[in-house]
Amino acid sequence: MAIAIVRAKDLFAAAMLFAIYSLLSAALFAVLDAGDVALTEAAVGAGISTILVLAVLALARRYESAIDGHNLLALAVVTVTGAALIYATLDMPEFGAPDNPAQVHVGPYYVEQSYPDMGVPNMVAAVLASYRSIDTLGEAFVILTAGLAVYALLSPKPRRRKRRRRHLRRQLREHRRHRRMHKGSSS
Amino acid sequence: MMTVLSFFNYWIVVVLMMIGFYCVIARGNMVKKVMGLNLFQTSVFILFISAGKIVGGSTPIVREGVELYSNPLPHVLILTAIVVGVATTAVGLALTVRINEAYGSIEDDHLGDEDDGDEQ
Repeated sequence: MAIAIVRAKDLFAAAMLFAIYSLLSAALFAVLDAGDVALTEAAVGAGISTILVLAVLALARRYESAIDGHNLLALAVVTVTGAALIYATLDMPEFGAPDNPAQVHVGPYYVEQSYPDMGVPNMVAAVLASYRSIDTLGEAFVILTAGLAVYALLSPKPRRRKRRRRHLRRQLREHRRHRRMHKGSSS
Repeated sequence: MMTVLSFFNYWIVVVLMMIGFYCVIARGNMVKKVMGLNLFQTSVFILFISAGKIVGGSTPIVREGVELYSNPLPHVLILTAIVVGVATTAVGLALTVRINEAYGSIEDDHLGDEDDGDEQ
Protein backbone atom coordinates (compact mmCIF):
# COMPACT_ATOMS: atom_id res chain seq x y z
CA MET A 1 0.00 0.00 0.00
CA ALA A 2 2.69 2.43 1.04
CA ILE A 3 4.76 1.54 -2.02
CA ALA A 4 1.74 2.22 -4.21
CA ILE A 5 1.46 5.67 -2.63
CA VAL A 6 5.07 6.43 -3.48
CA ARG A 7 4.76 5.08 -7.02
CA ALA A 8 1.42 6.61 -7.99
CA LYS A 9 1.94 9.40 -10.53
CA ASP A 10 -1.61 10.61 -10.20
CA LEU A 11 -1.62 12.64 -7.01
CA PHE A 12 -5.37 12.23 -6.66
CA ALA A 13 -4.94 8.45 -6.60
CA ALA A 14 -2.11 8.87 -4.11
CA ALA A 15 -4.39 10.92 -1.84
CA MET A 16 -7.09 8.25 -1.96
CA LEU A 17 -4.53 5.51 -1.27
CA PHE A 18 -3.26 7.52 1.65
CA ALA A 19 -6.77 7.72 3.11
CA ILE A 20 -7.11 3.94 2.83
CA TYR A 21 -3.69 3.51 4.40
CA SER A 22 -4.73 5.73 7.32
CA LEU A 23 -7.86 3.68 7.85
CA LEU A 24 -5.81 0.48 7.84
CA SER A 25 -3.40 1.88 10.40
CA ALA A 26 -6.40 2.95 12.49
CA ALA A 27 -7.60 -0.66 12.40
CA LEU A 28 -4.13 -1.77 13.47
CA PHE A 29 -4.25 0.66 16.41
CA ALA A 30 -7.63 -0.78 17.42
CA VAL A 31 -6.16 -4.28 17.37
CA LEU A 32 -3.27 -3.06 19.52
CA ASP A 33 -5.71 -1.91 22.26
CA ALA A 34 -5.49 1.79 21.42
CA GLY A 35 -9.12 2.67 20.79
CA ASP A 36 -8.72 6.41 21.25
CA VAL A 37 -5.73 6.57 18.93
CA ALA A 38 -7.63 4.55 16.34
CA LEU A 39 -10.55 6.96 16.44
CA THR A 40 -8.27 9.98 16.17
CA GLU A 41 -6.28 8.47 13.32
CA ALA A 42 -9.43 7.58 11.42
CA ALA A 43 -10.90 11.05 11.86
CA VAL A 44 -7.75 13.13 11.49
CA GLY A 45 -5.42 11.04 9.32
CA ALA A 46 -8.01 9.66 6.94
CA GLY A 47 -10.33 12.66 7.10
CA ILE A 48 -8.65 16.02 7.58
CA SER A 49 -5.32 15.16 5.92
CA THR A 50 -7.09 13.88 2.82
CA ILE A 51 -9.23 17.00 2.62
CA LEU A 52 -6.13 19.19 2.94
CA VAL A 53 -4.31 17.29 0.18
CA LEU A 54 -7.37 17.45 -2.07
CA ALA A 55 -7.62 21.20 -1.48
CA VAL A 56 -3.99 21.60 -2.53
CA LEU A 57 -4.57 19.46 -5.61
CA ALA A 58 -7.50 21.65 -6.56
CA LEU A 59 -5.07 24.59 -6.67
CA ALA A 60 -1.98 22.88 -8.08
CA ARG A 61 -1.31 20.49 -10.93
CA ARG A 62 -2.70 17.00 -10.45
CA TYR A 63 -0.04 14.88 -12.11
CA GLU A 64 3.47 14.37 -10.95
CA SER A 65 6.06 14.83 -13.67
CA ALA A 66 7.76 11.60 -14.70
CA ILE A 67 11.17 10.84 -13.29
CA ASP A 68 13.32 8.65 -15.50
CA GLY A 69 14.65 5.63 -13.65
CA HIS A 70 15.16 5.14 -9.97
CA ASN A 71 17.09 7.39 -7.72
CA LEU A 72 19.87 4.96 -6.91
CA LEU A 73 21.63 7.15 -4.37
CA ALA A 74 18.43 7.64 -2.38
CA LEU A 75 17.69 3.92 -2.62
CA ALA A 76 21.16 3.10 -1.29
CA VAL A 77 20.83 5.54 1.62
CA VAL A 78 17.42 4.15 2.50
CA THR A 79 18.61 0.54 2.31
CA VAL A 80 21.62 1.16 4.53
CA THR A 81 19.55 3.07 7.10
CA GLY A 82 16.86 0.40 7.05
CA ALA A 83 19.39 -2.39 7.51
CA ALA A 84 20.91 -0.56 10.48
CA LEU A 85 17.49 -0.05 12.04
CA ILE A 86 16.52 -3.71 11.53
CA TYR A 87 19.79 -4.69 13.18
CA ALA A 88 18.84 -2.37 16.05
CA THR A 89 15.42 -3.99 16.46
CA LEU A 90 17.14 -7.22 17.50
CA ASP A 91 17.97 -5.48 20.77
CA MET A 92 14.37 -4.42 21.34
CA PRO A 93 12.36 -6.09 24.10
CA GLU A 94 9.94 -8.82 23.12
CA PHE A 95 6.65 -7.53 21.75
CA GLY A 96 3.80 -7.45 24.26
CA ALA A 97 5.62 -8.80 27.32
CA PRO A 98 4.21 -7.32 30.57
CA ASP A 99 7.70 -6.73 32.01
CA ASN A 100 9.01 -4.60 29.14
CA PRO A 101 10.84 -1.41 30.17
CA ALA A 102 7.97 0.65 28.78
CA GLN A 103 5.51 -1.11 31.07
CA VAL A 104 7.28 -0.80 34.41
CA HIS A 105 7.74 2.94 34.91
CA VAL A 106 4.72 5.25 35.23
CA GLY A 107 2.33 3.09 33.20
CA PRO A 108 1.14 0.92 36.11
CA TYR A 109 0.71 3.99 38.28
CA TYR A 110 -1.59 5.54 35.68
CA VAL A 111 -3.51 2.28 35.31
CA GLU A 112 -4.06 1.91 39.05
CA GLN A 113 -4.47 5.51 40.16
CA SER A 114 -6.23 7.37 37.37
CA TYR A 115 -9.70 6.11 38.29
CA PRO A 116 -9.39 6.85 42.05
CA ASP A 117 -7.74 10.21 41.28
CA MET A 118 -10.02 11.46 38.52
CA GLY A 119 -13.09 9.27 38.44
CA VAL A 120 -12.87 9.08 34.66
CA PRO A 121 -13.05 5.50 33.40
CA ASN A 122 -11.09 6.27 30.24
CA MET A 123 -7.45 6.26 31.35
CA VAL A 124 -6.22 7.86 28.14
CA ALA A 125 -8.48 10.86 28.62
CA ALA A 126 -7.53 11.08 32.30
CA VAL A 127 -3.80 11.04 31.59
CA LEU A 128 -4.15 13.41 28.63
CA ALA A 129 -6.17 16.03 30.46
CA SER A 130 -4.77 15.77 33.96
CA TYR A 131 -1.36 14.17 34.49
CA ARG A 132 -0.04 15.43 31.17
CA SER A 133 -2.15 18.53 30.74
CA ILE A 134 0.93 20.68 30.13
CA ASP A 135 1.67 18.50 27.10
CA THR A 136 -1.83 19.13 25.86
CA LEU A 137 -1.40 22.86 26.41
CA GLY A 138 1.78 22.71 24.33
CA GLU A 139 -0.13 20.85 21.65
CA ALA A 140 -2.71 23.62 21.61
CA PHE A 141 0.09 26.17 21.18
CA VAL A 142 1.50 24.16 18.29
CA ILE A 143 -1.89 24.12 16.61
CA LEU A 144 -2.27 27.87 17.15
CA THR A 145 1.17 28.50 15.66
CA ALA A 146 0.41 26.26 12.70
CA GLY A 147 -2.89 28.03 12.12
CA LEU A 148 -1.17 31.42 12.21
CA ALA A 149 1.52 30.18 9.81
CA VAL A 150 -1.04 28.85 7.36
CA TYR A 151 -2.97 32.10 7.58
CA ALA A 152 0.17 34.17 7.05
CA LEU A 153 1.18 32.06 4.05
CA LEU A 154 -2.16 32.00 2.35
CA SER A 155 -3.53 35.46 3.06
CA PRO A 156 -3.48 37.69 -0.04
CA LYS A 157 -0.58 40.06 -0.54
CA PRO A 158 -1.04 43.45 1.11
CA ARG A 159 -1.24 45.55 -2.08
CA ARG A 160 -3.43 48.14 -0.46
CA ARG A 161 -0.75 49.50 1.81
CA LYS A 162 1.56 50.28 -1.09
CA ARG A 163 -1.16 52.10 -2.97
CA ARG A 164 -2.05 54.07 0.11
CA ARG A 165 1.58 55.06 0.57
CA ARG A 166 1.78 56.19 -3.04
CA HIS A 167 -1.39 58.18 -2.51
CA LEU A 168 0.09 59.78 0.60
CA ARG A 169 3.27 60.65 -1.25
CA ARG A 170 1.30 62.32 -4.02
CA GLN A 171 -0.71 64.26 -1.47
CA LEU A 172 2.49 65.40 0.21
CA ARG A 173 3.93 66.53 -3.14
CA GLU A 174 0.84 68.51 -3.97
CA HIS A 175 0.79 70.01 -0.55
CA ARG A 176 4.40 71.18 -0.94
CA ARG A 177 3.74 72.60 -4.39
CA HIS A 178 0.70 74.36 -3.07
CA ARG A 179 2.68 75.83 -0.20
CA ARG A 180 5.48 76.95 -2.53
CA MET A 181 3.00 78.64 -4.81
CA HIS A 182 1.35 80.23 -1.85
CA LYS A 183 4.69 81.47 -0.54
CA GLY A 184 5.63 82.80 -3.99
CA SER A 185 2.42 84.75 -4.29
CA SER A 186 2.70 86.24 -0.86
CA SER A 187 6.31 87.50 -1.23
CA MET B 1 9.13 -18.82 15.58
CA MET B 2 8.20 -16.83 18.66
CA THR B 3 11.17 -14.54 18.22
CA VAL B 4 10.25 -13.82 14.61
CA LEU B 5 6.71 -12.92 15.67
CA SER B 6 7.95 -10.77 18.51
CA PHE B 7 10.07 -8.70 16.14
CA PHE B 8 7.60 -8.59 13.26
CA ASN B 9 6.00 -5.32 14.38
CA TYR B 10 9.35 -3.58 14.60
CA TRP B 11 10.28 -4.75 11.13
CA ILE B 12 7.02 -3.47 9.70
CA VAL B 13 7.76 -0.15 11.38
CA VAL B 14 11.24 -0.01 9.87
CA VAL B 15 9.99 -0.90 6.39
CA LEU B 16 7.24 1.74 6.51
CA MET B 17 9.68 4.30 7.85
CA MET B 18 12.13 3.63 5.04
CA ILE B 19 9.41 3.86 2.40
CA GLY B 20 8.43 7.25 3.81
CA PHE B 21 12.07 8.32 3.96
CA TYR B 22 12.62 7.34 0.33
CA CYS B 23 9.49 9.24 -0.63
CA VAL B 24 10.81 12.36 1.08
CA ILE B 25 14.32 12.34 -0.37
CA ALA B 26 13.75 10.89 -3.85
CA ARG B 27 10.47 12.42 -5.01
CA GLY B 28 10.45 15.90 -6.45
CA ASN B 29 6.79 16.62 -6.04
CA MET B 30 6.08 18.52 -2.85
CA VAL B 31 2.70 16.95 -2.15
CA LYS B 32 4.47 13.61 -2.43
CA LYS B 33 7.11 14.78 0.01
CA VAL B 34 4.45 15.71 2.55
CA MET B 35 2.83 12.31 2.07
CA GLY B 36 6.20 10.63 2.65
CA LEU B 37 6.59 12.63 5.84
CA ASN B 38 3.18 11.37 6.93
CA LEU B 39 4.16 7.78 6.17
CA PHE B 40 7.27 8.22 8.29
CA GLN B 41 5.15 9.64 11.08
CA THR B 42 2.65 6.78 10.99
CA SER B 43 5.46 4.27 11.33
CA VAL B 44 6.59 6.03 14.52
CA PHE B 45 3.01 5.93 15.81
CA ILE B 46 2.87 2.19 15.21
CA LEU B 47 6.18 1.75 17.02
CA PHE B 48 4.90 3.59 20.10
CA ILE B 49 1.54 1.84 20.16
CA SER B 50 3.16 -1.57 19.84
CA ALA B 51 5.51 -0.64 22.70
CA GLY B 52 2.46 -0.01 24.87
CA LYS B 53 0.67 -3.23 23.97
CA ILE B 54 0.61 -6.04 26.53
CA VAL B 55 -0.37 -9.46 25.22
CA GLY B 56 -3.67 -10.42 26.79
CA GLY B 57 -4.23 -6.79 27.85
CA SER B 58 -7.25 -4.72 27.03
CA THR B 59 -8.12 -1.19 26.00
CA PRO B 60 -7.32 1.11 28.94
CA ILE B 61 -10.88 1.94 29.92
CA VAL B 62 -11.83 0.90 33.45
CA ARG B 63 -14.60 -1.69 33.50
CA GLU B 64 -15.71 -4.81 35.33
CA GLY B 65 -13.98 -8.12 34.85
CA VAL B 66 -10.76 -6.84 33.28
CA GLU B 67 -7.51 -7.12 35.20
CA LEU B 68 -4.84 -6.36 32.61
CA TYR B 69 -4.86 -3.13 30.66
CA SER B 70 -2.41 -2.01 28.02
CA ASN B 71 -0.20 0.93 28.89
CA PRO B 72 -2.18 4.19 28.39
CA LEU B 73 0.88 6.46 28.28
CA PRO B 74 1.96 5.74 24.66
CA HIS B 75 -1.63 6.24 23.56
CA VAL B 76 -1.65 9.71 25.09
CA LEU B 77 1.65 10.63 23.49
CA ILE B 78 0.49 9.42 20.10
CA LEU B 79 -2.82 11.25 20.34
CA THR B 80 -0.84 14.45 20.79
CA ALA B 81 1.53 13.46 17.98
CA ILE B 82 -1.29 12.78 15.51
CA VAL B 83 -2.79 16.22 16.03
CA VAL B 84 0.59 17.94 15.85
CA GLY B 85 1.30 15.93 12.69
CA VAL B 86 -1.81 17.25 11.03
CA ALA B 87 -0.82 20.78 12.00
CA THR B 88 2.61 20.37 10.40
CA THR B 89 1.01 18.78 7.34
CA ALA B 90 -1.22 21.80 7.00
CA VAL B 91 1.76 24.15 7.19
CA GLY B 92 3.65 22.09 4.61
CA LEU B 93 0.73 22.06 2.22
CA ALA B 94 0.24 25.80 2.70
CA LEU B 95 3.88 26.31 1.76
CA THR B 96 3.25 24.15 -1.30
CA VAL B 97 0.32 26.29 -2.35
CA ARG B 98 2.40 29.42 -1.85
CA ILE B 99 5.26 28.01 -3.95
CA ASN B 100 2.77 27.05 -6.62
CA GLU B 101 1.48 30.62 -6.67
CA ALA B 102 4.96 32.11 -6.89
CA TYR B 103 6.58 29.69 -9.37
CA GLY B 104 3.68 27.93 -11.07
CA SER B 105 5.00 24.50 -10.20
CA ILE B 106 5.27 22.18 -7.21
CA GLU B 107 8.08 20.09 -8.66
CA ASP B 108 11.47 20.47 -7.05
CA ASP B 109 13.35 20.15 -10.36
CA HIS B 110 11.33 22.79 -12.17
CA LEU B 111 11.78 25.48 -9.56
CA GLY B 112 15.41 26.08 -10.48
CA ASP B 113 14.62 26.59 -14.18
CA GLU B 114 11.96 29.19 -13.64
CA ASP B 115 13.86 30.95 -10.92
CA ASP B 116 15.89 32.98 -13.43
CA GLY B 117 12.91 33.99 -15.53
CA ASP B 118 10.69 34.83 -12.62
CA GLU B 119 13.15 36.97 -10.72
CA GLN B 120 12.11 40.57 -10.77
